[in-house]
Amino acid sequence: MVETIRKLGRWGLGGFERLGRAHIFLFHTLMGVPSVFIRFGLLVQQMMSVGVLSLLIIVVSGLFVGMVLGLQGYNTLVDFGAEQSLGVVVALSLVRELGPVVAGLLFAGRAGSALTAEIGLMKSTEQLSGMEMMAVDPFKRVIAPRFLAGFISLPLLATIFSAIGVIGGYFVGVGLLGVDDGAFWSQMQAKVDFSEDIMNGVIKSIVFGFVVTWIAVFEGYDCVPTSEGVSRATTRTVVHSALAILSLDFVLTALMFGNI
Amino acid sequence: MSSNPDSNEVLVRIRDLHFSRGNRKIFNGVNLDIRRGKVTAIMGPSGTGKTTLLKLIGGQLKPDQGSIQVDGLEVPKLKVSQLYELRKRIGMLFQSGALLTDINVFDNVAFPIREHTKMPPAMIRDMVLMKLESVGLRNARDLMPSELSGGMARRVALARAIALDPMMILYDEPFTGQDPISMGVIVQLIRLLNDALGLTSIVVSHDVQETATIADSIYVLSEGKVVGHGTPQELAETDSDWVKQFMQGLPDGPVPFHYPGVQYADDLLAGSEQSRVD
Repeated sequence: MVETIRKLGRWGLGGFERLGRAHIFLFHTLMGVPSVFIRFGLLVQQMMSVGVLSLLIIVVSGLFVGMVLGLQGYNTLVDFGAEQSLGVVVALSLVRELGPVVAGLLFAGRAGSALTAEIGLMKSTEQLSGMEMMAVDPFKRVIAPRFLAGFISLPLLATIFSAIGVIGGYFVGVGLLGVDDGAFWSQMQAKVDFSEDIMNGVIKSIVFGFVVTWIAVFEGYDCVPTSEGVSRATTRTVVHSALAILSLDFVLTALMFGNI
Repeated sequence: MSSNPDSNEVLVRIRDLHFSRGNRKIFNGVNLDIRRGKVTAIMGPSGTGKTTLLKLIGGQLKPDQGSIQVDGLEVPKLKVSQLYELRKRIGMLFQSGALLTDINVFDNVAFPIREHTKMPPAMIRDMVLMKLESVGLRNARDLMPSELSGGMARRVALARAIALDPMMILYDEPFTGQDPISMGVIVQLIRLLNDALGLTSIVVSHDVQETATIADSIYVLSEGKVVGHGTPQELAETDSDWVKQFMQGLPDGPVPFHYPGVQYADDLLAGSEQSRVD
């Protein structure tokens, strides 16, 4: 019994210690961000590998999610004779929720895990240590450009996800199921509010971009520098990012739309 | 061996160094003097903290107690910016080479030059080619680190370590896992570069023969203390049983061949008594 309580205590203290380390890490990363603008090429390079290379999975997933929304939305709305509102349903679902959340989850799986593995491998092959000994700060040279690239990329990817999703919903709703073309777009235009819906979705994706990239670069930097340590850290990135996205989504939704 | 006029001046002075990891004491009052212009070897069995010592000298770790002075500067007390200034004058060769894997050999050697100077590209090119020429890999400049053998990777890392013409190079296990030819090349390079460029070299290793051929002086570490110090010749003729066992690679001695525990005869007798009882 005492041993169980002790274990619980150790686990709790370990968790807080890690949280503390993660915040100190974030502080150092943010301090390194201004230097990224001096070496802009590094940011462009990372935007390419973090953002552009995630485009394919985002576009394809967005298209299918939008198509499913079109199909499911139509089946429900048609019972009430409200299939004209399909555009609103698809667009609101995407810009408020599915765009930021699903894009965030996909981003954590595609780019977040890659960031962790890359930084973890740099640590285990002593490249980070080597940089420090060459008087080059790894926070400025390695961590900050990747952090900034992820932070900028996710909101853009989430926006693309939502846009492609609307097109997917249009294909299915208007193209296959015969919803009126004009009603689909005009109702969407009338009911989707720029600041209420779209901007709140963008704010969500900015928060997710910050948190997911922070988790990914921290896990890489903090991993045990062995093959096993790197693979564990990569798994942790995906699991922690998913949990963080879904729980933060609830909090943000409650604040934005919950009238609390 | 070195023609450096200040060759007797101490470049690195370590006094009463204590360092522990968790509950394990790694250094327990170590005193060392590394002389300018010399090749000094730090030897000892695996796990004695030789690499940790290099990290302490480079300021990547902080000691629990004691003083580490490099060129008159107290390393543990330096601010980050001062530490980085000092590190520009220190090259380090890691055991794995620690080359940046996403850029080629040329860019790896150019990396510290580009980071710390504002030289025009043409001058950087000449400098990199000179450094690569000195390690015999000028024509390998377009290869990626993954295309290099272990020995070549270490030579490229050596070219990178001397890129900014440092005052001192720290070598972490430079001979480990090398075939005889590349081992011979690296042994020669360490001595040659030290003398030609007027460097000071600290070689951490447990390869006795190779290290003894190039070192001006050797410190032998064990269990957190310096147990032997002198020229390779002096250590070969030492009275200390421990140092003798280490230097000659004897299987039994103060470090026993058998894991300590019950005596062999007692153990066998205990077995036969057991069978009699049954």
